[in-house]
Amino acid sequence: MYKIESKNVDFFYGASQALKNINLAIKPNTVTALIGPSGCGKSTYLRLFNRMNDLIDNTKIGGQVLIDGDDIYAKGVNVDSLRKEVGMVFQKPNPFPKTIFENVAYGLRVNGITDKKFIEERVEETIKQVVLWDEVKDKLKKSAFELSGGQQQRLCIARALAIQPSIVLMDEPTSALDPISTSKVEELIYELKAKYTIVIVTHNMQQAGRVSDTTAFFYMGELVEYDNTKTIFTNPKVERTQNYITGRFG
Amino acid sequence: MKTFYKKFSEKFIEGLLMLSSTITTLTVVLIVVFLFKEGLGVFNKKPVEDGFVIALNKQNPVNKLTSAQLKNIFDQKITNWSEVGGKKDSIILFRMEDITNYYSEEQIGEKFERLPQCIGKVVDSLPNIIAFFSTKYLDKNFQGKQLDIDKISFKEFFGGKEWFPTAQPSAQLGVLPLILGTLWVSLGAILLALPLGLAAAVYMSEIADEKVRKVMKPLIELLAGIPSVVYGFFGLVIIVPLIQKVFDLPVGETGLAGSIVLGIMALPTIITISEDAMRNTPRAMKEASLALGASKWQTIYKVVVPYSISGITAGAILGIGRAIGETMAVLMVTGNAAVIPHTILEPVRTIPATIAAELGEASNGGLHYKALFALGCILFIITLIINLTVEYISNRKKYNNR
Repeated sequence: MYKIESKNVDFFYGASQALKNINLAIKPNTVTALIGPSGCGKSTYLRLFNRMNDLIDNTKIGGQVLIDGDDIYAKGVNVDSLRKEVGMVFQKPNPFPKTIFENVAYGLRVNGITDKKFIEERVEETIKQVVLWDEVKDKLKKSAFELSGGQQQRLCIARALAIQPSIVLMDEPTSALDPISTSKVEELIYELKAKYTIVIVTHNMQQAGRVSDTTAFFYMGELVEYDNTKTIFTNPKVERTQNYITGRFG
Repeated sequence: MKTFYKKFSEKFIEGLLMLSSTITTLTVVLIVVFLFKEGLGVFNKKPVEDGFVIALNKQNPVNKLTSAQLKNIFDQKITNWSEVGGKKDSIILFRMEDITNYYSEEQIGEKFERLPQCIGKVVDSLPNIIAFFSTKYLDKNFQGKQLDIDKISFKEFFGGKEWFPTAQPSAQLGVLPLILGTLWVSLGAILLALPLGLAAAVYMSEIADEKVRKVMKPLIELLAGIPSVVYGFFGLVIIVPLIQKVFDLPVGETGLAGSIVLGIMALPTIITISEDAMRNTPRAMKEASLALGASKWQTIYKVVVPYSISGITAGAILGIGRAIGETMAVLMVTGNAAVIPHTILEPVRTIPATIAAELGEASNGGLHYKALFALGCILFIITLIINLTVEYISNRKKYNNR
């Protein structure tokens, strides 16, 4: 049983086709890295899983995206509950202009949870989960903007985890961070694998190699190669993949 | 040679730029200085116009009267000296034209040559009299007591409830009704315009199609370009009769009419500024909220509105600023009665409308003229406070977003 499956997925921005016939299946509790040069469609592909592309006008999707076997683009699907199931972490840390506590509690509150004690416990639990607790426990009532970039990004991960999704999508989560913060986030991703299915878009080859179990290489809207990360990095079947990974183009 | 020419032209342009900015700054400073010099002059004036005398019989123990007491005496609301600290005796009023009750035209003389003596005798003969006449007819041997009148005080000016700048013998310069009228009308305007404007801004920035927005936004901005006299005319012809009918009033020119017209005029400011602020909410912020399973509406009121709250506040305050300073439209629809309003269905008069309506009839440099300038100062201070508030709020926003 696959956690995420995409079958013959096409995607269009207006008249231009961004994704061409993508077939890919992701097992539960794995980390999958999507790599490829800028504009290859990997972020677009990632954003299909929580229907984030719905927000962009004039787009069209073909084929099927299945999560736990259900087509999430079928009629009558509740997008809000889908997004509770599929959390997302963005490229740049984007905390809300609220306190640290309220940032993490946000997802719980918008989903109708009002039990104060439950919220407090869950917030503490998730902040601990992202190894931020010791750094912020004394300033939970302070603005999230007072944290450093790396701390903000871990807060955003906590925010996504607080509503207990089963899938976490990460769109270049470390591209705006310094090396130390990056390694902290990477460690975190590795640990989170036990509980979640993670899909991560990255430009950083070493990162893909370090954190992921499987890697998909995209080029010009097509899925060129999809395999175990080890295989992709040591023995790719397609020459273009080899060239990209070794930095000869891209 | 070429480099010299280039350097020279650069210096020349720099000089021109400096000159124009200096001139602008100086003009502003000059206007403000002029305004306050003229306006503060009112506190050096007496409420009885120069060239007039108030005189009592020399036996009358009263030495001083306030401007309000004077007015009430001449309006016959105070009819006994005991009410103003004198003997228990009724007051006899004497204005210049009353002289014919005491003396015949022959006695006064064809060219009023004996008028001063006649007035002197009348004042001398009646212990209860209070006389108001021109200094031109003050006899050299006048036996009566010329009353000392206080200069206009701050307390009288700001706390006075009556605005009769041309009242004789003593002008009443209480600006309280005008200040309250201004605030009253502006408050009403903002109460009407804020919910409507916010709703429109949310709709345009978050809900409407790009196509709809492209039509609506220029239309709303057009609203800001309509001359205020046109708004006034619209208010006078449509809103005033409507209010009169709906509330069954004798006249429709009320504070409410002013509030409605001003509210419409403040709408474009509120809508465009808060819409811009909402559209400036980073896409990442909205996406973060939606990605957590929040609905569109939850995202609007939990993320977009709080994020742009300083822009929205700035829009609202600038809207109030526009309403407070607005003259023409208000003058046309509020009825202009200088009384302290108790309900929105009474006529009110605002500061700008007062200045516009009365400056033409105030004599240059006179009491009334200075009083109107003092009103201008009050208006200036109110709008200054408003602008400083906006400045403060937008600075705070920068701090938050760093």
